[in-house]
Amino acid sequence: MPKAVEMPDLKNLRPYGDTTNDGAVQFSFTLPIEPGAKAREAATQLVRKWGFFDIKVAHMSSIGVGYTFFVVFGRTELGVDYTQLVVPEVSTEKRTYKEIDKLIGKDIGRPVKVVGACTGYDAHTVGLDAILNMKGFDGDIGLERYKNFRCVNMGSQIPTDELIDRAVKEKADAILLSKIVTQKDIHITDMQELQNKLKQRGLTEKFILVAGGPRITHAMALEMGFDAGFTIGTRPSDVANFIYETLRDRLKRGKKK
Amino acid sequence: MSYSLQLPLSAKKIARCRSIASSIGDVVADLIHQNSTVGTERAVLRLMGFNGALEKNGLLYPVSNFILDQLEAAGRLSDGALYWVANAMLVHKFETTRLEHAILKGEVNLGTVEPQPRKKVEAMVTRLSKESFARLMRYRKSRDALRKKQGDPLNEKRPLKYVIVATGNIFEDVIQARSAAKDGADIIAVIRSTAQSLLDYVPQGNTTEGFGGTYATQANFALMRKALDEVGAELGRYIRLTNYCSGLCMSEIAALAAIEGLDCLLNDAMYGILFRDINPRRTLIDQHFSRLICSVSGLWIMTGEDNYMKTTDAVESGDQVLASEFINEAYALNAGMKKSQMSIGHAMEMDPFYSKVILMEIARAKMTRQIFPEAPLKYMCNTKYKTGDIFFSHAVDTVFNLIGSLTNQGTILLGMPTEAIHTPWLQDRTNSIRCANYILTGSLGLSDELGYRSDGFIAKFAQKVLDDAVKLLEKIEKVGLLKAIEKRTFAGVSRTVEGGKGARGVFEVKRGAYLNPFFKLMGSRI
Repeated sequence: MPKAVEMPDLKNLRPYGDTTNDGAVQFSFTLPIEPGAKAREAATQLVRKWGFFDIKVAHMSSIGVGYTFFVVFGRTELGVDYTQLVVPEVSTEKRTYKEIDKLIGKDIGRPVKVVGACTGYDAHTVGLDAILNMKGFDGDIGLERYKNFRCVNMGSQIPTDELIDRAVKEKADAILLSKIVTQKDIHITDMQELQNKLKQRGLTEKFILVAGGPRITHAMALEMGFDAGFTIGTRPSDVANFIYETLRDRLKRGKKK
Repeated sequence: MSYSLQLPLSAKKIARCRSIASSIGDVVADLIHQNSTVGTERAVLRLMGFNGALEKNGLLYPVSNFILDQLEAAGRLSDGALYWVANAMLVHKFETTRLEHAILKGEVNLGTVEPQPRKKVEAMVTRLSKESFARLMRYRKSRDALRKKQGDPLNEKRPLKYVIVATGNIFEDVIQARSAAKDGADIIAVIRSTAQSLLDYVPQGNTTEGFGGTYATQANFALMRKALDEVGAELGRYIRLTNYCSGLCMSEIAALAAIEGLDCLLNDAMYGILFRDINPRRTLIDQHFSRLICSVSGLWIMTGEDNYMKTTDAVESGDQVLASEFINEAYALNAGMKKSQMSIGHAMEMDPFYSKVILMEIARAKMTRQIFPEAPLKYMCNTKYKTGDIFFSHAVDTVFNLIGSLTNQGTILLGMPTEAIHTPWLQDRTNSIRCANYILTGSLGLSDELGYRSDGFIAKFAQKVLDDAVKLLEKIEKVGLLKAIEKRTFAGVSRTVEGGKGARGVFEVKRGAYLNPFFKLMGSRI
């Protein structure tokens, strides 16, 4: 009898190349040196130092002036204990816009108001537009088209204070902050700024705070005092449903009138 | 049913689009005859050589802005900056450099200088503008000569390979640009800081910071130009340099680019209005002056239609793109620009999982090629449907390169495997250029080999886009361009004539007094 396939070792979870638990990884990186035998050895030792064995430098070529590009393969014994991991996720049900509209009508009894903006230097509104614009994203229509959402899309490069002023003026239920540019961690700085300014003005509890962007995770958003963080691939209905459920729960708890 | 190298597109419909676009372009004629902007006046000063700066609150403040501030405070803007500079020169008997020095030192204030006899001022203005113009012609000549000497990749009869550098530090950008050129890039675009289009001045000096790129400054232009000229000499292949000419300083950037020997500028008649919420009047006036400068300096303008497809569905927005291309062409013609300078923009931005999407992309690319036969078309890779999957991304880029070659595009903006993750790393750019080298070399001449079915899917798709564009242009003509923009005709965005940033910088010129001979010298057709 041939041996059955090994089970994945969840206590020491490692990558899968072509055999369970082989720990195989492919690397591609550049070193600021000219190619050659010495460069190949440098790449090998580097990958070994990172905890890999069975190292193969599959490709080495000169790029530009004084740089070398490598494709390297290696295996590792180092894994993580998957059984012990706890990661917060935005846990809401998947609902269609019609369902959400109906539920808002029933549970909230009035349209939900949201104000969204890209603050600071960020001029990229693609994420915000995907969630708010009628057109939506990937066949999932935007919040503007919901019967029970009232949306203000302030666009790009909005000062944080203006965003807050507008949210206050509109009596918004939720603020959507979209951050695409992440150079020098500017997305984090701008998220903190919103949080700090809300605190200064005693408005922290007033709004459901939602952040979105390619480098934003739910865990990180929670850590920074937001109610949720959405990343690439999020559909407008995910955001709509989260806002609906959170608002519904808050109203139940009497936190917000 | 037959096969032909050309798609069966109606010449009559294409002509109809051109004629409507040209009449839409007339809006600008009235605007520029009655108004100017602070941006255009500063561009005039820059052409004359006022390119220094003074220290203000720890920042370098350009003398062109400083002069405009003086004129504005004295209520003298409506005569034009040139008029008061000429007066100051007559009073103080200074040439440009000496006058700039005196203004920076506070010895001369253009807000208080005494007006001189009109005849003398006019003569001075004519002399100054002719000298500036002659300087521009010298810059252009030396560029043309260098292109010839180093060897122009345009002669290789394949699309030029365009890549970006975006480290946010001009010195690091230089390293990456040299590498890209060695790998095979033909055009280097230095990405600007995302906020620059909204600055109402051009920063000064070499810069090592910014968001998503670093500032477009005269010193940064010069540094990159020198590096590319050196690497071009080494490779025996001329390397083109481009930057971004949109926003509140579009005409000033054009002046600096011409002075520093750039080859192209990303310059769109409507981009600032739609995507940066800049006042429409301000944009239309500034774009005209910027294009006059590009026109006489031999720079290509690269238009930004690819952006429309990022905010709307690319399958449905083909008519917007084509309509905008006609409008951009009409505006460039207004500035006396040759069609061979119009790098008309479009993009491959459809959802890669649509059925027959590759056929649709070929249809649009080929249609654009056929409608603008002399233009060095700027064809942009897919960015909207890119995810973190760098391997799939690389596959999409490969198909893009092949369509670019098959349809004989002028320039292809190479996609990066790491698009949507970060600004390109050195290796990302290399991998991208290697892919393009393979495709462009291997498929050289392909565009002359394969024909299109006269009743096929590709022909019909292209015909529909053209039909829709005719209808859209007719609609725009009826309400007028500015009203059409207000009604979300382009990219689903609405902008009003009075709204947007920089509206305050538009002012009415004093009829009969205002002087700006550059319009005539540079061959403005409106």
